[in-house]
Amino acid sequence: MSVIPWILLVVLALGFAGWVFRLAGQRVTHNKPDFRDMPFGVAFGYALAAGALLGGIWLWFQPGAAFFRWAIQGVVALAIVAWLFRLLGRAVGTFGTRKLFREMPLTASFGILVILIYAVLAIFAGAIAPHGQEEVFARVNILPGGNPETGGDPAFPLGTDQIGRDLLSRLIYGAQNTVGIAFVTTCLAFLLGGTLGFLAATLQGWLDQVLSRAVDVLMAIPSLIFALLLMTIASAWAGSEKWLLTVYMIVIIAVIDSTRVFRLARAVGLNIVVMDYIEAAKLRGEGLGYLIFKEILPNAYAPLLAEFGLRFCFVFLTIASLSFLGVGIQPPLADWGTMVRDLSQFINFAAFSPLTAALPLLAAGAIALLTVAVNFVVDWMLHRTSGLKD
Amino acid sequence: MTDLLLKIRGLKIEGRADEMWQPIINGVDLDLHKGEVLGLIGESGAGKSTIGLAGMGFTRDGVRISSGSVEFDGIDLVKASAETKRKLRGTRIAYVAQSAAASFNPAHKLIDQHTEAPVQHGVMSRGEGAADAVDLYRRLRLPNPEEIGFRYPHQVSGGQLQRAMTAMAMSCRPDLIIFDEPTTALDVTTQIEVLAAIRDIVEQFDTAAIYITHDLAVVAQMADRIKVLLQGDEVEEAETREMLSHPKEDYTKSLWAVREFKRPQKPAVDSGAVPVVSVRKVTAAYGPVKVLRNVSFDIHEGRTVAVVGESGSGKSTAARCITGLLPPLAGSIMVDGVEMPADYRKRSKDQLRQVQMIYQMADTALNPRKTIGEIIGRPVQFYMGLRGRDRRRRVEQLLDEIELPADQYFDRLPSELSGGQKQRIGIARALAAEPRFIICDEVTSALDQLVAEGILKLLARLQDELKLSYMFITHDLATVRSIADEVVVMKEGQVIEQGPKDEMFRPPHHAYTDLLLSSVPEMDPDWLTNLLAERGVDNVGDAAVDKMG
Repeated sequence: MSVIPWILLVVLALGFAGWVFRLAGQRVTHNKPDFRDMPFGVAFGYALAAGALLGGIWLWFQPGAAFFRWAIQGVVALAIVAWLFRLLGRAVGTFGTRKLFREMPLTASFGILVILIYAVLAIFAGAIAPHGQEEVFARVNILPGGNPETGGDPAFPLGTDQIGRDLLSRLIYGAQNTVGIAFVTTCLAFLLGGTLGFLAATLQGWLDQVLSRAVDVLMAIPSLIFALLLMTIASAWAGSEKWLLTVYMIVIIAVIDSTRVFRLARAVGLNIVVMDYIEAAKLRGEGLGYLIFKEILPNAYAPLLAEFGLRFCFVFLTIASLSFLGVGIQPPLADWGTMVRDLSQFINFAAFSPLTAALPLLAAGAIALLTVAVNFVVDWMLHRTSGLKD
Repeated sequence: MTDLLLKIRGLKIEGRADEMWQPIINGVDLDLHKGEVLGLIGESGAGKSTIGLAGMGFTRDGVRISSGSVEFDGIDLVKASAETKRKLRGTRIAYVAQSAAASFNPAHKLIDQHTEAPVQHGVMSRGEGAADAVDLYRRLRLPNPEEIGFRYPHQVSGGQLQRAMTAMAMSCRPDLIIFDEPTTALDVTTQIEVLAAIRDIVEQFDTAAIYITHDLAVVAQMADRIKVLLQGDEVEEAETREMLSHPKEDYTKSLWAVREFKRPQKPAVDSGAVPVVSVRKVTAAYGPVKVLRNVSFDIHEGRTVAVVGESGSGKSTAARCITGLLPPLAGSIMVDGVEMPADYRKRSKDQLRQVQMIYQMADTALNPRKTIGEIIGRPVQFYMGLRGRDRRRRVEQLLDEIELPADQYFDRLPSELSGGQKQRIGIARALAAEPRFIICDEVTSALDQLVAEGILKLLARLQDELKLSYMFITHDLATVRSIADEVVVMKEGQVIEQGPKDEMFRPPHHAYTDLLLSSVPEMDPDWLTNLLAERGVDNVGDAAVDKMG
């Protein structure tokens, strides 16, 4: 049976429900402006939201929807912890930090908390992880859960992989490798792209032409394919020195991503250099360094910061994809992208053992959670910096 | 009278700032009869635009009508549904915005935008609307009325665009039009033709209008009655002639008196004196287009030279040549008899220090991310080499000079200052370099009249104390009258006439100077009528300039 009539039917039903809702609202509230001037689209939106909520509740009670329940429980739990975290921030600390926490939305404290947890895990991975990331144990494919009756082992709460490495330890070390490398790469991309972009905007002329066209050429090649190509060449150069390959990867991704930063920095810079205060600084006889770092950069923080959040996530995903494809972070080092690839077959067991199938999703979820958290924090910082001084 | 069209009673409007609702309008009453023109006048922040928009039952985002009523022809727009208001707007109430260039959609032809409202409201078909548009263009005396509608907004001049916008507002023959500063952004000669056109068409169709402006002389030509506003309160209201001849309140009197600040003419300079700045036969161009042709003038120590002309006359370009931002093709710039390198990059630090600039828009002239202390402190450190406590003391001294209390303003950001205060910071930054010569580029044109007068007085005092020379670029002849010692009139990149102020304002003038002078609106309500009678309806504005060219 075709799906399209069903979709049409649902949309029509929702539309009708929205219309009835608006009409009822008008009758009950005696034509209050909220209902009187409500466009049909908004009423439809309310009906859609109500429908989605009902659908969610129905799904919650389905026996096969374990993942859905876990995801909801996880989000709710983290939100509660974030709320407590914010309460704590309001109670302790200096006057400044307390004020910061008082004005902070829950999403931002959620983001900060998640980033803090990741940072602690990454920095103290050696102390927190029960085993080493390269340690191989005799028992392979121990099931997660830590219950001996279902094939688990309390020493390995998340079980072991096909060659007997502890998955919990590798997940924790993955934070160190993946997040650390992504952070370094993003910083490098911003240093490179930002400086060149502002330089092009300030000097213009032939330098701008040369840089911009070079960036156009780099951007014309699909970035993942380009990265793959360069990584293949780099792995030939690196030979058996695995750490050297990681350095190459950082440089390659930084250069590719710096083209996006360049574009943004140049566009933002062009809007700023036409301002009279830049002209005043030029006429004062200020040097290029002062112009870029003292006059232009402070006015470009907001868009650059937003881009940093997004770019960090993209870099992070690129590293994970390269690792997933086998040319990124190399085997003895734990990495979430590699983990998703190595454990991907377990997804087949979803119907029999949801816990086992959750393993690849755990690494993917770690990536997703950090992406969301970083963007929450960046949104909040943007909101703060774009406003007036407070 | 019973033909009351718009009746506003006890209107209170609030705006949301710092998470709180703060009053913008504190209970204003307003009556407007059919076919009557009411002038709303006040400084920025007086709430004139807010009241104008409320006349359509509209508020900007973050603003709400908290109490009161706005009755248009018996319908209370405060309580009316969005649907009712939509039906009224465009058909019975129309709006003409300050900047026509920003209000037209640049991607559509004028006539398509013109016919949109009548077609939407089902008043006319597309064809009828287009024919009507041509008729309106003709009545508003636009050149080539048959053809002009098929141009895009960027293809017509500012004054024409403003008239096209008035035609658009007329498209459904509304009962009420709200004009929000329609001529503020225009040159004086262009302003006249727009004023004449608006006044004519409003009379022809017997349309009621609310005319919002901060220019007293303009409102005197347009309005039957004038209402003066100050910070959301009504100061007084009276018939135009009554208001002009016998203002009751002190505030109104102070507004009327602003135009009377005038410095005495200084004695002529010794013929042997070396001018501080001398522009010698400068020719300059942007690309292939020549914008300055053989321009020469001198500026002596302690004197102010006003450079006047319409937009595009090359007055700002002359400033760019003096500062070295635009190296001239021919000619030279001398400071104290020494020729300066044409390009500012080749000038020494001391040469750069001699010539400072104050900009028109203080908003874009001050870095929004730096505190006042940093903005003024930078040239102090850069040129004078002062650091730490010495630097701070010098900045405080400069803040003192511009009459701002140093302890309050040192750590503030520009966004926390009013327009006049920002302009003062711009002056302090120029003074920090201890220059001999300052270029003032339309420094008062973005300010209210009372504030502008304060700035002019400050500049005059600083000139006397520090023996500064000013080049004063302006299109406002009232400013010239009050501060200049000598006047240079420019048109199309050439100096038309120059000389001491007193001579320049006394006939005989060059024909163009005469046109400029006679185009400045005067407070006399009959001024426009008399001028049109004298020059002929088709001989004002661009037409007159063209005939001369």
